Parts: sequence; structure tokens; C-alpha cells
Amino acid sequence: MTISLRALLGATALCALSGAALAETTITVATVNNGDMIRMQGLMDDFYAKHPDIKVEWVTLEENVLRQNVTNDIATGGGQYDVMTIGTYEVPIWGKQGWLVSLNDLPASYDVDDLLPAIRGGLTVDGNLMAAPFYGESSMVMYRTDLMEAAGLTMPDAPTWAEIEKAAAAMTDKSKDQYGICLRGKAGWGENMAFLTAMSNSFGARWFDETWHPQFDQPEWKATLDTYLHLMNEYGPPGASNNGFNENLTLFQQGKCGMWIDATVAASFVTGKDSTVADKVGFALAPDNGLGKRGNWLWAWSLAIPTSSQKQDAAKTFIDWATNKDYLALVAAKEGWANVPPGTRTSLYENPEYQKVPFAKMTLDSINAADPTAPTVKPVPYVGVQFVAIPEFSGMGTTVGEFFSAALAGQISADDALAKAQTAVTDEMTAAGYIQ
Amino acid sequence: MSTHSTRLAGRLMVAPSVAVLFLWMIVPLAMTFYFSFRLYRLLSPDRTGWVGFTNYKWFLNAPDFWLAIANTLALVLGVLLITVVLGVLVALLLDQPVKGQGPLRILVIAPFFVMPPVAASIWENLFMHPQNGLLAAAARGLGYDPILYLEQYPMSSVIFITAWEWLPFATLILLTAMQSLSSEQLEAAEMDGAGAFARFQYIVLPHLTRAITVVILIETIFLLGIFGEIFTTTQGGPGSASTTLPYMIYKQALVSKDIGRAAAGGIIAVILANIVAFFLMRGIGKNLDA
Amino acid sequence: MARAVTPTHRLIATTAAWTVALVIFFPVLWMILTSFKTEPSAVASPPQLFSADWTTENYVEVWSRSDYPRFFWNSVVISLGSTLLGLAIAIPAAWSMAFVPGKRTKDLLMWMLSTKMMPAVGVLIPMYLLFQRLGLYDTKLGLVLALMLINLPIIVWMLYTYFKEIPGEILEAARMDGASLWNEVLYVLTPMAVPGIASTLLLNVILAWNEAFWTITLTTTKAAPLSAFIASFSAPQGLFYAKLSAASTMAIAPILILGWFSQKQLVRGLTFGAVK
Repeated sequence: MTISLRALLGATALCALSGAALAETTITVATVNNGDMIRMQGLMDDFYAKHPDIKVEWVTLEENVLRQNVTNDIATGGGQYDVMTIGTYEVPIWGKQGWLVSLNDLPASYDVDDLLPAIRGGLTVDGNLMAAPFYGESSMVMYRTDLMEAAGLTMPDAPTWAEIEKAAAAMTDKSKDQYGICLRGKAGWGENMAFLTAMSNSFGARWFDETWHPQFDQPEWKATLDTYLHLMNEYGPPGASNNGFNENLTLFQQGKCGMWIDATVAASFVTGKDSTVADKVGFALAPDNGLGKRGNWLWAWSLAIPTSSQKQDAAKTFIDWATNKDYLALVAAKEGWANVPPGTRTSLYENPEYQKVPFAKMTLDSINAADPTAPTVKPVPYVGVQFVAIPEFSGMGTTVGEFFSAALAGQISADDALAKAQTAVTDEMTAAGYIQ
Repeated sequence: MSTHSTRLAGRLMVAPSVAVLFLWMIVPLAMTFYFSFRLYRLLSPDRTGWVGFTNYKWFLNAPDFWLAIANTLALVLGVLLITVVLGVLVALLLDQPVKGQGPLRILVIAPFFVMPPVAASIWENLFMHPQNGLLAAAARGLGYDPILYLEQYPMSSVIFITAWEWLPFATLILLTAMQSLSSEQLEAAEMDGAGAFARFQYIVLPHLTRAITVVILIETIFLLGIFGEIFTTTQGGPGSASTTLPYMIYKQALVSKDIGRAAAGGIIAVILANIVAFFLMRGIGKNLDA
Repeated sequence: MARAVTPTHRLIATTAAWTVALVIFFPVLWMILTSFKTEPSAVASPPQLFSADWTTENYVEVWSRSDYPRFFWNSVVISLGSTLLGLAIAIPAAWSMAFVPGKRTKDLLMWMLSTKMMPAVGVLIPMYLLFQRLGLYDTKLGLVLALMLINLPIIVWMLYTYFKEIPGEILEAARMDGASLWNEVLYVLTPMAVPGIASTLLLNVILAWNEAFWTITLTTTKAAPLSAFIASFSAPQGLFYAKLSAASTMAIAPILILGWFSQKQLVRGLTFGAVK
């Protein structure tokens, strides 16, 4: 068995060798299956024209599966991927482990100083840019201008949570399957907890105090969760505990939501061709509570090179192509300015053509309003607006997200959810050695 | 040819199967066993070491552990019950003198050819979705509020979806068995004045015992590890309402990246599977004169 | 059962059987119909059947967005390869269990089945590490081996139940004629067991085709089969019901068609010795 296996392996290796000689360098790029990434795959002719010696193999996966596969690969030194699409949460953690290749030596034409400071800061570890942002996002309020008008209301550019509730109440008409507000309810650190953690910042809540003690037993979290549950139970769609970004996007595009507070990148979809309400959407900053912080997050899907990659030069060439200014211009020429990957470069927002895009200003203002190093009102020991940039967060965030999702489904009360969250997170932080 | 050399040849012929299966079982199992006593977090490679039974303690004391066990058993038993009962009924129906046996069988068999993630996503998005699903539309058409299947009845919904996938398998095996029943026996019973129900109870059902045993055995093997259906539809929620043991292990391995805990969970699952196997063999093994 | 039946009986039974069959089949049918609608039409409320906007655009888009032929080919190689390899190893084993049973044969069979009871997620990382160290990660060979081993117990068992029903006298006669052991297996036994082998093959090709855990976990590009193709279409941004339905239909169509054409063989052999 062993011998034949080795023989077969040898044969496979031979095939691989002869294949490589013909095709020059082949790099494997792992991406998430969202609209901007799919669009890039359609524009590869431009890349091949400029770099005929590099061939790109795509691994396009749904976000959760992608995250599992690239994390397994990088943590075990698998070396299967040459470019990985990762987020603002992974970059600082992986960068610190020395798993990512520094991108400080990208060519001058990349113009690293053009990157939005908030985004660039989140991807930099010890002065090294560890990943190049493909698109950046914050969150904001998207609302139906026609329904607001019918209700005799106007949405301020910077609403408070009280104003959001009033608008939600006015726009809800359950008999017409029309709900005042749609928010994420599906459990997961990147799903409902991204929204709720960002929201909690505007209520002055925080995950941990300066000594890493969880704060779910504090009144600020109670106020956050109560407000969220009240909004969703009174004005939200039924079955919301299973709704994530995609589900809410679909509902909004169908005209079933009066408001939706979610990623700024959604703006181009709700005003795009699949949307039945494309010409009736307005934008506003994420709400606040008068405490000086708004409930918006900061995220960037970024391209990074694992140190285990054998083809780092080709990978860098690809990353430069995919994230520099020329790529933005390429997308604009082929698909229009509204479809350009947003939120990465200052020059884009200074471009008069792009300023005509209805959601451009609100996106930039939202990104600028988020500060990962001081996300909430009180001081915190961590970095990250809607996450805590420690390895343990993905597990804890998902566990807490499950409690809050159960509260939304009416299985447990808000108080129970918070008490369970406090216990679970305290246990984890103790086990992980943060709490002595 | 002597019996001795035949026996030897027989052994040699079984050996490859046994050897590869043994390796396939023991190597990962040994590694899992090793990891289960280690601190091994994928994202914190600098923190490692032996931790004794800490991982096992964590798993057994986790608030949703017993719920996960109960859900795992509910899933296995629920799907078995539905597929066997409905399987017998559908097989009885198809065994009648009906027009279009061939096309009928094709329609009934179809769900078995559907990949589990596809099956789950059909049910989640096209049927059970509270706004866009067909069932919601039907409820609204009748003047009711749509039922929130995945939120209010997550475990039942998962059981239902899985049962739909496995019903064809049960039906086919039962139908094949039913068709091998001699009609003379049934006719004789009919002459003796046995009603349809009595004929079913005293002749058909006993004849099906072996087939039912096979269905239970094969399905249990697959159902104990069910994961994709939950991952696609409820993600174990809301809360942990539809979390099964495999899903709980998945969360530790791939969401928390805690390989030590996941390994402990894996060992616990292996023990549980062996307990189930023990009772399965004791309970129904005698029906198989293997 | 060739008993005299009244026309009424036939009518009622036919109606009932067709109703039940259509109910069971309906979700698949609805998915196929949805795949031919435009996105807005796919989620329209109330659901549209005759008034829908029909289109083949979803298939065009799914086709252009990913390399379907490669995923398809990988699925074919992996499911067929693992099944054939499994048969090659299992036929001798099943023969010996059926005709030279030892005291422990039944235990051995049950032990084989029990190796399938270990939940895959429990050994995910160990398996992942093993595949990487052995150079089997993202290779078709790796998946062929993995799926072969996953399905081997089922293959052995199905074949065993088949072989057992072959009367031993025929083998005795062959032996009298001086046939060697291998000839006996090859020329006497195997032809008699062709229906059983055929249905074993079909069932295991289906099981391998539909496996969606290891095939996604242990591949990236080169060996990724249709299950990975589906994973690249689930949960994208925006309205997606129709496109997801189209991708799903493309993923299950080959096996559905194979199953339909071969259902007679499949059914004939799907007895697991349950028929006396």
C-alpha cells in the first residue's frame, strides 16, 4: 500500500512539475463570494494582459467556509494559498504571529499614503502593512425615502436611536408585510454581534474593562439589548433570529424593510439592478445616543500573503493589481463608478465623478467616524470597533451571539442572555489567562 | 484443495479491507486522543502543553452539552421513526397495482440524489423562509400568520428535512422486501377471511422485519454524524436549540479554533456512538443472521 | 402481487400513489422551476407559477462565473474512482466472509460498520494535518482514498449479503473442476453477482457524489468537486434564490439523471440481504 501510494504520489508530483514548466507561475487566490470579488474575477483579462506569466486559480467560497479553510491552512502552515482574503479581525492577530508577509515593499505606484487612515491603521502591525484593503466598509442607516415621506417624517443625517424608533414605528405595516426596521439576528461574531457590539458602543457599553473583566452585567449592555429587542419585536420581520446580512439585503431589495442598519457596501446593492426600491433609498449615519460615539463599525476585506506561500512575488504583483488606483479606474470604466470597490482610498472620494454617487459621502463619513483604537465611550484594553482583536473573540463572540439570538427568538429573556454571556465570557477569559 | 489453504486464502482476502479500515480508524483516533489532553488553539500556537482532563471537563460541563446529546438522539430517533413509518406506508402504496410504476419510483427516489447542503438550502430558502418561502405564502393565503419553522421549531425542522432526504432510501429497501413476499400467502390469508389490516400485521410486517433492521442500521450510522443540514439551516440555533454533538464539536474546532476541546468532544462522540452501536446490535442484531 | 384487482381499487391506488410521489418530489421540482425564473420573480409573493418571468440567464451567469466542467470532472473521478477502488478491495473480502466464514465474521462486519460512526468533525484537524503531511491535500487521489475508506464498510456489507445468497454448490462444482480460488471468484462468482455489484456501485457513487464535508475541507482548487461549487454559490450578496437554484440544479443533475436511468439496477440490488 505504502509503496504504491508513494509511486502514485511521485507520478502526481511529476505531472505537477511538467505542468508548472508550461504555465509559468500559478497562484491560488482564496476569496469570499461577494459581489466585488466576483466582479474582479470577470476583469482578469486586464491582469493577464499586463502579466502574461502569472496564472490565477480562484477558490471562491461562502464567507464562513472560506474563513475555516484559510485559518486551517495558515495555522498549520499548509501553504495551499498564495493570496488570502481576510478581514480586519484576522490581520492584526495573524500579523503578530508572523503568518503574513509584509506589504511595505509594494511599488511606489501603489501609493500607500492614499489609503484611508482608519482602514490602513487596522491593517498595520508594528509599522508593517500586512494586508492590502480591497474594499472598506462601515455601517450606516439605509432607509426608504418614500415611506418616510408618506409618514410625514424626515431622516436627519445623524439620527439618534429615539428617532430611529419613531421612524420604525411610523413605517411598520405588518398587514402589508412591511417592517419598519431590519437588523441582523443570526448568531455569529461577524453577524449579529458585529451589529450589536457596534450598537453597544453608542450606548457607552464595552466588552471588557481595562483589566479584561467582561461588562455584560453593566447597565449599558442592558440598555443596548433592550433597545434592540424592543425595535425588533415591535417593528422587525418575524423569524429575524435567522436573518444575517444576506437575508436582510434580500428583504430590503424586495421592499419589505423601512430601514436597515448594515454595511455601507450594501448601498450599491440596494440601489442596484436587483433592487425593487433602487430609486427610493436614502442614507444616514448610524444612530447615536448623544454620548459621542455612533453605532457604526469598521471593516475591510483585504488581500494578504501567507508566509507559507512559495510564490510571494507573483502574489504581490496580483495584490498590487487588484487594489491599486488603476483597478478602481478599470471597474469604473467597465461597470460605472457606483460599482467601484469603496472605502479604501482618499483619492476615490476626492474624485468628482465618484462624489456624484449617492452614497459616497455617507460612506466616507461613516468610515471616518469609526475609531478602532477608542471604539467606545470608556477606555478599553482592546482594538476593534465591532470585534475585539484577540484570538479568543471568534469563539466568545459567537457564543454571546447565540444567547442574544435566543433572546430575539423569545427563548430566553434579555436578562438571562446577559447573565449567560457574562458567565461564559468570564470563564473563557479566565481559561485563556487574561483574568488572573 | 484443502480447507486449510482455503481458510488462509480467505484471511488474506479480508486482510486488505481490515488493514486499511483499521489504519483509517486508528491513526486519526490516536491523534484525536492525543490532542484531547493538550492545550491546542490554532490561533495561539505559543500556548501549548498538557492539560490533563481539562478539555473533557469543559465539554461535559458546557451548558449545552446535555441538550446537544438529547438533540443528537432526537435527530436519530426522529428521522428513523418518520422514515420507517412513512417508508412502510409509501412502499405499501407503491406495491399496489398502480399505473406508472417506473416514473412513480423515480419521483419517490429523487430526494436521495440531492446533496445534503442543497436539500437543506431548498427547504430553508424556498419553503421555510418566513417571508419568501412557499409554506409562508400558503399560510398567508389561508389567512394565517406564517409559522417560523427555523426559529420556533428548529430541531423539528432539521429532523423533517433530514427525514425527507432519507425517506427514499427506506422506501426502496422496504418496497424491494415487500415485493418478494409471495402472493399465495396473502391470498390464502384473504381466503381465510383475514382483513387488510390483519394481513398487514401478521404477514407483511413480520416479513419486513429484516428490511426495517437494515434501514435502522444504515440510517443510524449516517445520522449520528449529521452536520451539513444544521450548518446550512439553523447554525445550531436559535441559542443552542438545534445544536447536536457534531455541531458542538464543529463550533469548538472551527469557530473557537480550540482543537483540544474539539478533540475531547470527538472522543466523547466516539464513546457515545459505541454505546449506541452496542444497543443497536443487541436490540436488532439478531434480526440479521450475518 | 398478481392478484385480481377491481378497477376502482386500481384508480384509487394510482391516484394516491401519484399524489404521494409528487409531494415527495415537489421540493426538487420547485427548485428546478425557481432556477428558470428571474430573481424578483423567484421571491415574488404570492409565488408565481404561470405568471413568472422565465429565463435561462441564471444558468448563463452560473456557468460564466465558475469552471463548472472542472468541478464536474472532479466529482466524476472522485466518486467513480473511490467506488471502483472500494469494490476492488471489498470483493475478495466479501467473498471470503460469505464462503469461508469464521467465528468472528459477524463481529468483523459490525466493526467495519462501526468505523463509520465516528463523527467527521471530531477528527477534522487530525485528518487535515495527515492529508497535508502526506501530500494528499487537494489531490483527487486523496479524496478517492478518503471516500473509498468512508464507504468501504457499506460496500463490503452489500456485497457480502449478495454473495451469501449464491448457492455454495455451484462453487463446489467449480472447485471439483479444478478451478483455482481466483478463477472461482473471477469467473464463477463475479458474473453471478453482477446485479449486486452494479447496485453497490451505483449506491456508492451516489453517496460519494453527495459527500459534502471532506470534499470541501480537504480541497482548494485542483480536486474540488461539485460540493465546493455549491459552497461558492451559497449565501452571496443580494437576491440569490434563482441563481442558487440554478447552481444546485447543475450540481445534482448529473447524479439525478444517472439515478433515474439506472434506478432498476439500483433497486434490484438495494436489499442488503433483506430479501429472503
